[in-house]
Amino acid sequence: MTSRMQTVRRVSLAVVRKDLRIEWSSKVLLNQVAPFSLVIMIMFAFALDNEGILQRVAPGLVWLATLFSMLVIVQRSFAVETADGALDALRVAGTEPLGIFIGKSLALMVQLLALELMLLAIALVLYAVEPTAMGYAETFATMLIATIGLGFVGTLYGGLGAGARGRETLLPLLLLPAVAPVLIGATRATEAAFGSGGAQSSEGWPWIGLLAVFAGVFGAVGALAFGPMIEE
Amino acid sequence: METVVELSGVVAVLSNFPALAGIDLVVHRGEIVLLHGPNGAGKTSVLRVCAGLLPIERGEGSVMGVNLRTHRESVREQVGLLGHSNGLYLELTVTQNVSFWASTVGATAQEVALAMQRMKIDGRLAHVKASQLSAGQRRRCALASLIVRRASLWLLDEPHAGLDTAGQDELDAILQSAVSSGATVVLASHETQRSRLLATRVVKVDGGLISGSES
Repeated sequence: MTSRMQTVRRVSLAVVRKDLRIEWSSKVLLNQVAPFSLVIMIMFAFALDNEGILQRVAPGLVWLATLFSMLVIVQRSFAVETADGALDALRVAGTEPLGIFIGKSLALMVQLLALELMLLAIALVLYAVEPTAMGYAETFATMLIATIGLGFVGTLYGGLGAGARGRETLLPLLLLPAVAPVLIGATRATEAAFGSGGAQSSEGWPWIGLLAVFAGVFGAVGALAFGPMIEE
Repeated sequence: METVVELSGVVAVLSNFPALAGIDLVVHRGEIVLLHGPNGAGKTSVLRVCAGLLPIERGEGSVMGVNLRTHRESVREQVGLLGHSNGLYLELTVTQNVSFWASTVGATAQEVALAMQRMKIDGRLAHVKASQLSAGQRRRCALASLIVRRASLWLLDEPHAGLDTAGQDELDAILQSAVSSGATVVLASHETQRSRLLATRVVKVDGGLISGSES
Protein backbone atom coordinates (compact mmCIF):
# COMPACT_ATOMS: atom_id res chain seq x y z
CA MET A 1 0.00 0.00 0.00
CA THR A 2 1.39 3.43 -0.92
CA SER A 3 2.05 6.03 1.75
CA ARG A 4 -0.87 8.17 0.51
CA MET A 5 -3.30 5.26 0.64
CA GLN A 6 -2.15 4.46 4.19
CA THR A 7 -2.81 8.08 5.17
CA VAL A 8 -6.26 8.00 3.50
CA ARG A 9 -7.09 4.77 5.35
CA ARG A 10 -5.90 6.16 8.69
CA VAL A 11 -7.80 9.45 8.31
CA SER A 12 -10.97 7.66 7.08
CA LEU A 13 -10.99 5.40 10.12
CA ALA A 14 -10.35 8.31 12.48
CA VAL A 15 -13.18 10.36 10.95
CA VAL A 16 -15.77 7.55 10.81
CA ARG A 17 -14.98 6.58 14.42
CA LYS A 18 -15.22 10.20 15.53
CA ASP A 19 -18.55 10.82 13.73
CA LEU A 20 -20.14 7.65 15.10
CA ARG A 21 -18.82 8.46 18.56
CA ILE A 22 -20.45 11.89 18.36
CA GLU A 23 -23.72 10.25 17.31
CA TRP A 24 -23.44 7.68 20.12
CA SER A 25 -22.85 10.46 22.61
CA SER A 26 -25.56 12.85 21.36
CA LYS A 27 -28.16 10.25 20.24
CA VAL A 28 -29.55 12.71 17.67
CA LEU A 29 -30.40 9.87 15.26
CA LEU A 30 -32.27 7.98 17.95
CA ASN A 31 -33.97 10.88 19.73
CA GLN A 32 -34.68 13.28 16.87
CA VAL A 33 -34.24 11.83 13.38
CA ALA A 34 -35.94 8.47 14.01
CA PRO A 35 -39.04 10.04 15.63
CA PHE A 36 -39.12 12.60 12.78
CA SER A 37 -39.17 9.85 10.13
CA LEU A 38 -41.74 7.88 12.15
CA VAL A 39 -44.00 10.95 12.19
CA ILE A 40 -43.56 11.34 8.40
CA MET A 41 -44.63 7.72 7.85
CA ILE A 42 -47.64 8.08 10.16
CA MET A 43 -48.69 11.34 8.47
CA PHE A 44 -48.54 9.63 5.08
CA ALA A 45 -50.75 6.86 6.48
CA PHE A 46 -53.27 9.42 7.77
CA ALA A 47 -53.20 11.39 4.51
CA LEU A 48 -53.73 8.40 2.20
CA ASP A 49 -55.91 6.39 4.63
CA ASN A 50 -56.46 3.42 2.32
CA GLU A 51 -54.64 0.11 2.71
CA GLY A 52 -54.59 -0.64 -1.02
CA ILE A 53 -53.13 2.75 -1.91
CA LEU A 54 -50.67 2.57 0.98
CA GLN A 55 -49.39 -0.83 -0.15
CA ARG A 56 -49.03 0.50 -3.70
CA VAL A 57 -47.09 3.63 -2.72
CA ALA A 58 -45.23 2.25 0.33
CA PRO A 59 -41.84 2.04 -1.49
CA GLY A 60 -41.98 5.70 -2.51
CA LEU A 61 -43.00 6.76 0.99
CA VAL A 62 -40.12 4.82 2.58
CA TRP A 63 -37.58 6.51 0.29
CA LEU A 64 -39.14 9.98 0.64
CA ALA A 65 -38.97 9.62 4.42
CA THR A 66 -35.34 8.48 4.06
CA LEU A 67 -34.41 11.52 1.96
CA PHE A 68 -36.11 14.01 4.28
CA SER A 69 -34.41 12.43 7.30
CA MET A 70 -31.11 12.38 5.45
CA LEU A 71 -31.23 16.17 5.18
CA VAL A 72 -31.29 16.38 8.97
CA ILE A 73 -28.42 13.90 9.34
CA VAL A 74 -26.23 15.68 6.77
CA GLN A 75 -26.90 19.11 8.33
CA ARG A 76 -25.96 17.66 11.68
CA SER A 77 -22.86 15.91 10.33
CA PHE A 78 -21.41 19.22 9.12
CA ALA A 79 -22.76 21.35 11.98
CA VAL A 80 -20.42 19.50 14.35
CA GLU A 81 -17.55 20.26 11.98
CA THR A 82 -18.22 24.00 11.85
CA ALA A 83 -19.34 24.67 15.46
CA ASP A 84 -15.78 25.34 16.68
CA GLY A 85 -13.97 25.49 13.34
CA ALA A 86 -12.98 21.80 13.27
CA LEU A 87 -13.37 21.48 9.48
CA ASP A 88 -11.11 24.52 9.05
CA ALA A 89 -8.65 22.99 11.48
CA LEU A 90 -8.62 19.75 9.47
CA ARG A 91 -7.94 21.71 6.29
CA VAL A 92 -5.28 23.86 7.92
CA ALA A 93 -3.60 20.74 9.32
CA GLY A 94 -3.31 19.34 5.81
CA THR A 95 -5.44 16.33 6.74
CA GLU A 96 -5.96 14.15 3.63
CA PRO A 97 -9.31 15.40 2.15
CA LEU A 98 -10.03 12.04 0.50
CA GLY A 99 -9.80 10.45 3.95
CA ILE A 100 -12.22 13.03 5.38
CA PHE A 101 -14.64 12.42 2.48
CA ILE A 102 -14.56 8.64 2.82
CA GLY A 103 -14.79 8.75 6.63
CA LYS A 104 -17.74 11.13 6.69
CA SER A 105 -19.48 9.19 3.88
CA LEU A 106 -19.10 5.90 5.75
CA ALA A 107 -20.47 7.38 8.98
CA LEU A 108 -23.44 8.80 7.06
CA MET A 109 -24.04 5.43 5.37
CA VAL A 110 -24.11 3.60 8.72
CA GLN A 111 -26.66 6.05 10.12
CA LEU A 112 -28.80 5.96 6.97
CA LEU A 113 -28.81 2.18 6.88
CA ALA A 114 -29.99 2.01 10.50
CA LEU A 115 -32.73 4.50 9.68
CA GLU A 116 -33.82 2.62 6.54
CA LEU A 117 -34.13 -0.65 8.46
CA MET A 118 -36.38 1.12 10.92
CA LEU A 119 -38.46 2.62 8.10
CA LEU A 120 -38.79 -0.80 6.48
CA ALA A 121 -40.09 -2.24 9.75
CA ILE A 122 -42.58 0.64 10.02
CA ALA A 123 -43.74 0.05 6.43
CA LEU A 124 -44.30 -3.63 7.16
CA VAL A 125 -46.45 -2.77 10.17
CA LEU A 126 -48.23 0.43 9.10
CA TYR A 127 -48.71 -0.24 5.40
CA ALA A 128 -49.23 -4.02 5.67
CA VAL A 129 -46.52 -4.77 3.07
CA GLU A 130 -45.63 -8.48 2.74
CA PRO A 131 -42.53 -9.13 0.62
CA THR A 132 -41.41 -12.67 -0.26
CA ALA A 133 -38.02 -14.08 0.79
CA MET A 134 -36.60 -12.99 -2.59
CA GLY A 135 -38.32 -9.63 -2.09
CA TYR A 136 -36.49 -9.15 1.23
CA ALA A 137 -33.16 -9.96 -0.43
CA GLU A 138 -33.89 -7.45 -3.18
CA THR A 139 -34.97 -4.84 -0.63
CA PHE A 140 -31.74 -5.23 1.38
CA ALA A 141 -29.66 -5.06 -1.82
CA THR A 142 -31.52 -1.88 -2.82
CA MET A 143 -30.96 -0.34 0.60
CA LEU A 144 -27.27 -1.16 0.60
CA ILE A 145 -26.51 0.19 -2.87
CA ALA A 146 -28.79 3.25 -2.56
CA THR A 147 -27.24 4.07 0.82
CA ILE A 148 -23.74 4.05 -0.64
CA GLY A 149 -24.84 6.58 -3.27
CA LEU A 150 -26.71 8.71 -0.72
CA GLY A 151 -23.70 8.65 1.63
CA PHE A 152 -21.38 9.98 -1.07
CA VAL A 153 -23.74 12.61 -2.43
CA GLY A 154 -24.82 13.72 1.05
CA THR A 155 -21.22 14.23 2.14
CA LEU A 156 -20.32 16.05 -1.07
CA TYR A 157 -23.21 18.51 -0.81
CA GLY A 158 -22.88 18.79 2.96
CA GLY A 159 -19.26 19.87 2.48
CA LEU A 160 -20.31 22.31 -0.23
CA GLY A 161 -22.84 24.00 2.03
CA ALA A 162 -20.75 23.78 5.22
CA GLY A 163 -19.23 27.23 5.03
CA ALA A 164 -22.15 28.94 3.30
CA ARG A 165 -24.49 31.42 4.87
CA GLY A 166 -28.09 30.14 4.99
CA ARG A 167 -26.88 26.56 4.62
CA GLU A 168 -30.01 25.22 6.34
CA THR A 169 -32.12 26.23 3.34
CA LEU A 170 -29.38 25.85 0.74
CA LEU A 171 -28.73 22.17 1.43
CA PRO A 172 -32.26 20.88 0.59
CA LEU A 173 -32.30 23.05 -2.54
CA LEU A 174 -29.03 21.58 -3.77
CA LEU A 175 -29.31 18.04 -2.47
CA LEU A 176 -32.87 17.00 -3.28
CA PRO A 177 -32.59 17.47 -7.07
CA ALA A 178 -29.23 15.65 -7.03
CA VAL A 179 -30.69 12.59 -5.29
CA ALA A 180 -33.74 12.38 -7.60
CA PRO A 181 -32.16 9.47 -9.56
CA VAL A 182 -31.76 7.55 -6.28
CA LEU A 183 -35.36 8.24 -5.33
CA ILE A 184 -36.57 6.95 -8.69
CA GLY A 185 -34.24 3.93 -8.86
CA ALA A 186 -34.70 2.89 -5.24
CA THR A 187 -38.47 3.29 -5.40
CA ARG A 188 -38.77 1.18 -8.57
CA ALA A 189 -36.48 -1.51 -7.16
CA THR A 190 -38.39 -1.58 -3.86
CA GLU A 191 -41.74 -1.73 -5.72
CA ALA A 192 -40.47 -4.85 -7.47
CA ALA A 193 -39.25 -6.26 -4.16
CA PHE A 194 -42.59 -5.55 -2.43
CA GLY A 195 -44.59 -6.68 -5.47
CA SER A 196 -46.44 -3.34 -5.41
CA GLY A 197 -48.97 -2.92 -8.22
CA GLY A 198 -48.24 -6.43 -9.53
CA ALA A 199 -44.55 -5.71 -10.18
CA GLN A 200 -42.29 -8.77 -10.60
CA SER A 201 -39.21 -9.28 -8.44
CA SER A 202 -36.96 -9.59 -11.51
CA GLU A 203 -37.90 -6.07 -12.62
CA GLY A 204 -35.96 -4.59 -9.69
CA TRP A 205 -32.41 -5.68 -10.53
CA PRO A 206 -31.84 -3.29 -13.47
CA TRP A 207 -32.81 -0.44 -11.13
CA ILE A 208 -30.33 -1.70 -8.55
CA GLY A 209 -27.72 -1.64 -11.31
CA LEU A 210 -28.61 2.00 -11.99
CA LEU A 211 -28.23 2.76 -8.28
CA ALA A 212 -24.76 1.18 -8.38
CA VAL A 213 -23.79 3.40 -11.33
CA PHE A 214 -25.07 6.44 -9.44
CA ALA A 215 -23.07 5.44 -6.33
CA GLY A 216 -19.93 4.99 -8.43
CA VAL A 217 -20.30 8.35 -10.17
CA PHE A 218 -20.88 10.30 -6.95
CA GLY A 219 -18.10 8.40 -5.19
CA ALA A 220 -15.67 9.35 -7.95
CA VAL A 221 -16.87 12.97 -8.20
CA GLY A 222 -16.76 13.35 -4.41
CA ALA A 223 -13.26 11.89 -4.18
CA LEU A 224 -12.02 14.40 -6.75
CA ALA A 225 -14.06 17.46 -5.72
CA PHE A 226 -14.25 17.31 -1.92
CA GLY A 227 -10.67 18.57 -1.34
CA PRO A 228 -10.83 21.63 -3.62
CA MET A 229 -14.35 22.32 -2.33
CA ILE A 230 -13.41 22.59 1.34
CA GLU A 231 -10.25 24.47 0.33
CA GLU A 232 -12.48 27.21 -1.09
CA MET B 1 20.96 28.53 14.06
CA GLU B 2 18.40 26.60 11.98
CA THR B 3 16.07 28.81 9.94
CA VAL B 4 12.43 27.81 10.25
CA VAL B 5 10.71 30.65 8.37
CA GLU B 6 12.25 32.71 5.58
CA LEU B 7 10.12 35.25 3.73
CA SER B 8 11.73 37.57 1.22
CA GLY B 9 9.80 40.36 -0.48
CA VAL B 10 6.57 38.37 -0.09
CA VAL B 11 3.46 39.86 -1.65
CA ALA B 12 0.12 38.16 -0.94
CA VAL B 13 -3.30 39.23 -2.18
CA LEU B 14 -6.65 38.79 -0.43
CA SER B 15 -9.77 39.55 -2.53
CA ASN B 16 -7.77 41.80 -4.90
CA PHE B 17 -6.31 43.68 -1.92
CA PRO B 18 -2.56 43.39 -1.22
CA ALA B 19 -2.58 41.98 2.32
CA LEU B 20 1.21 41.72 2.32
CA ALA B 21 3.20 44.24 0.27
CA GLY B 22 6.73 42.81 0.35
CA ILE B 23 7.38 41.23 3.75
CA ASP B 24 10.89 40.17 4.79
CA LEU B 25 11.01 37.91 7.83
CA VAL B 26 13.40 35.28 9.16
CA VAL B 27 12.55 33.14 12.18
CA HIS B 28 15.01 30.69 13.76
CA ARG B 29 14.25 27.48 15.66
CA GLY B 30 13.38 28.06 19.31
CA GLU B 31 12.31 31.67 18.90
CA ILE B 32 9.04 33.17 20.11
CA VAL B 33 8.31 35.98 17.65
CA LEU B 34 5.55 38.45 18.39
CA LEU B 35 3.91 40.17 15.43
CA HIS B 36 2.21 43.33 16.51
CA GLY B 37 0.52 46.17 14.70
CA PRO B 38 -2.88 47.78 14.15
CA ASN B 39 -5.93 45.94 12.81
CA GLY B 40 -5.56 45.13 9.12
CA ALA B 41 -1.77 45.51 9.26
CA GLY B 42 -1.21 42.01 7.84
CA LYS B 43 -0.35 40.00 11.00
CA THR B 44 -2.87 37.23 10.32
CA SER B 45 -1.85 37.16 6.65
CA VAL B 46 1.76 36.51 7.65
CA LEU B 47 0.58 33.55 9.76
CA ARG B 48 -1.59 32.26 6.90
CA VAL B 49 1.26 32.50 4.40
CA CYS B 50 3.50 30.57 6.82
CA ALA B 51 0.76 27.93 7.20
CA GLY B 52 0.52 27.49 3.43
CA LEU B 53 -3.04 28.81 3.32
CA LEU B 54 -2.42 32.06 1.47
CA PRO B 55 -0.51 31.83 -1.83
CA ILE B 56 2.52 34.02 -2.46
CA GLU B 57 2.02 36.25 -5.50
CA ARG B 58 5.55 37.66 -5.58
CA GLY B 59 8.75 37.16 -3.64
CA GLU B 60 10.11 33.96 -2.14
CA GLY B 61 9.14 32.06 0.98
CA SER B 62 10.01 28.82 2.71
CA VAL B 63 8.97 27.16 5.96
CA MET B 64 11.04 24.26 7.34
CA GLY B 65 12.76 24.10 3.98
CA VAL B 66 9.48 23.73 2.04
CA ASN B 67 9.10 26.20 -0.81
CA LEU B 68 5.83 28.06 -0.24
CA ARG B 69 5.52 29.09 -3.88
CA THR B 70 5.60 25.56 -5.22
CA HIS B 71 4.57 23.22 -2.39
CA ARG B 72 2.58 25.29 0.09
CA GLU B 73 0.13 22.44 0.84
CA SER B 74 2.92 20.15 2.04
CA VAL B 75 4.00 22.51 4.80
CA ARG B 76 0.65 22.19 6.59
CA GLU B 77 1.48 18.86 8.17
CA GLN B 78 4.41 20.45 10.01
CA VAL B 79 2.77 23.63 11.25
CA GLY B 80 -0.07 24.19 13.70
CA LEU B 81 -2.22 27.26 13.20
CA LEU B 82 -4.50 28.20 16.05
CA GLY B 83 -6.89 31.01 15.19
CA HIS B 84 -9.85 32.42 17.04
CA SER B 85 -11.67 29.08 17.13
CA ASN B 86 -10.15 25.98 18.69
CA GLY B 87 -11.10 23.31 16.15
CA LEU B 88 -12.64 21.05 18.79
CA TYR B 89 -15.64 18.72 18.61
CA LEU B 90 -17.82 20.10 21.36
CA GLU B 91 -19.67 16.84 22.00
CA LEU B 92 -16.52 14.80 22.46
CA THR B 93 -14.54 14.67 25.67
CA VAL B 94 -11.07 16.15 26.02
CA THR B 95 -9.45 12.73 25.60
CA GLN B 96 -11.58 11.90 22.56
CA ASN B 97 -10.69 15.22 20.92
CA VAL B 98 -6.96 14.86 21.44
CA SER B 99 -7.10 11.16 20.46
CA PHE B 100 -8.91 12.06 17.24
CA TRP B 101 -6.17 14.47 16.20
CA ALA B 102 -3.58 11.90 17.22
CA SER B 103 -5.22 9.20 15.10
CA THR B 104 -5.16 11.42 11.98
CA VAL B 105 -1.36 11.39 12.11
CA GLY B 106 -0.85 7.95 13.65
CA ALA B 107 0.35 9.23 17.05
CA THR B 108 0.26 6.74 19.93
CA ALA B 109 -1.91 6.66 23.06
CA GLN B 110 1.23 7.42 25.04
CA GLU B 111 1.76 10.62 23.04
CA VAL B 112 -1.85 11.58 23.76
CA ALA B 113 -1.37 11.01 27.49
CA LEU B 114 1.86 13.04 27.51
CA ALA B 115 0.32 15.95 25.60
CA MET B 116 -2.65 16.03 27.95
CA GLN B 117 -0.36 15.91 30.94
CA ARG B 118 1.70 18.79 29.58
CA MET B 119 -1.40 20.88 29.01
CA LYS B 120 -2.78 19.91 32.42
CA ILE B 121 -5.98 18.52 30.98
CA ASP B 122 -5.50 14.98 32.24
CA GLY B 123 -7.20 13.67 35.38
CA ARG B 124 -10.69 14.99 36.06
CA LEU B 125 -10.85 17.14 32.90
CA ALA B 126 -9.97 14.24 30.60
CA HIS B 127 -13.53 12.95 30.55
CA VAL B 128 -15.32 16.29 30.38
CA LYS B 129 -17.01 17.25 27.11
CA ALA B 130 -15.38 20.16 25.26
CA SER B 131 -18.69 22.06 25.39
CA GLN B 132 -18.46 22.10 29.19
CA LEU B 133 -14.90 23.48 29.36
CA SER B 134 -13.96 27.07 30.12
CA ALA B 135 -12.35 29.18 27.38
CA GLY B 136 -8.89 28.55 28.86
CA GLN B 137 -9.43 24.80 29.14
CA ARG B 138 -10.58 24.66 25.51
CA ARG B 139 -7.45 26.53 24.47
CA ARG B 140 -5.32 24.00 26.35
CA CYS B 141 -7.16 21.15 24.67
CA ALA B 142 -6.50 22.74 21.26
CA LEU B 143 -2.82 23.15 22.13
CA ALA B 144 -2.62 19.50 23.21
CA SER B 145 -4.00 18.64 19.77
CA LEU B 146 -1.19 20.68 18.20
CA ILE B 147 1.35 18.75 20.26
CA VAL B 148 0.06 15.30 19.25
CA ARG B 149 0.03 16.44 15.64
CA ARG B 150 3.79 16.94 16.16
CA ALA B 151 3.65 20.52 14.87
CA SER B 152 7.11 22.05 14.98
CA LEU B 153 6.01 25.58 14.10
CA TRP B 154 3.16 27.03 16.14
CA LEU B 155 1.32 29.92 14.52
CA LEU B 156 -1.02 31.53 17.02
CA ASP B 157 -3.48 34.30 16.23
CA GLU B 158 -4.49 36.25 19.33
CA PRO B 159 -3.86 33.28 21.62
CA HIS B 160 -4.61 35.28 24.78
CA ALA B 161 -8.05 36.40 23.60
CA GLY B 162 -10.87 35.23 25.87
CA LEU B 163 -8.57 34.02 28.63
CA ASP B 164 -8.54 35.37 32.16
CA THR B 165 -5.24 36.34 33.80
CA ALA B 166 -4.63 32.85 35.18
CA GLY B 167 -5.39 31.34 31.76
CA GLN B 168 -3.01 33.78 30.08
CA ASP B 169 -0.26 32.87 32.57
CA GLU B 170 -0.84 29.20 31.83
CA LEU B 171 -0.72 29.78 28.09
CA ASP B 172 2.60 31.64 28.41
CA ALA B 173 4.04 28.76 30.42
CA ILE B 174 2.81 26.29 27.80
CA LEU B 175 4.44 28.24 24.96
CA GLN B 176 7.74 28.47 26.84
CA SER B 177 7.56 24.74 27.53
CA ALA B 178 6.84 24.03 23.84
CA VAL B 179 9.83 26.10 22.77
CA SER B 180 12.09 24.33 25.24
CA SER B 181 10.93 21.06 23.65
CA GLY B 182 12.12 22.23 20.21
CA ALA B 183 9.10 24.06 18.80
CA THR B 184 9.13 27.56 17.32
CA VAL B 185 6.32 30.04 17.94
CA VAL B 186 5.08 32.98 15.90
CA LEU B 187 2.16 34.80 17.46
CA ALA B 188 0.04 37.77 16.52
CA SER B 189 -1.38 39.52 19.54
CA HIS B 190 -2.96 42.73 20.70
CA GLU B 191 -1.97 41.91 24.28
CA THR B 192 1.41 43.46 23.54
CA GLN B 193 2.41 44.19 27.13
CA ARG B 194 2.00 40.54 28.11
CA SER B 195 3.32 39.12 24.84
CA ARG B 196 6.44 41.32 24.88
CA LEU B 197 7.52 39.64 28.13
CA LEU B 198 7.07 36.25 26.50
CA ALA B 199 8.59 36.98 23.09
CA THR B 200 12.26 36.67 22.25
CA ARG B 201 11.70 39.14 19.42
CA VAL B 202 9.03 41.69 18.54
CA VAL B 203 8.27 42.44 14.90
CA LYS B 204 6.12 45.43 13.99
CA VAL B 205 3.82 44.95 11.01
CA ASP B 206 2.12 47.90 9.36
CA GLY B 207 0.47 48.32 5.96
CA GLY B 208 1.53 44.83 4.88
CA LEU B 209 5.19 45.56 5.57
CA ILE B 210 7.63 44.94 8.42
CA SER B 211 8.25 48.37 9.89
CA GLY B 212 10.55 47.45 12.75
CA SER B 213 12.02 44.68 14.84
CA GLU B 214 13.42 44.58 18.37
CA SER B 215 14.84 41.78 20.54
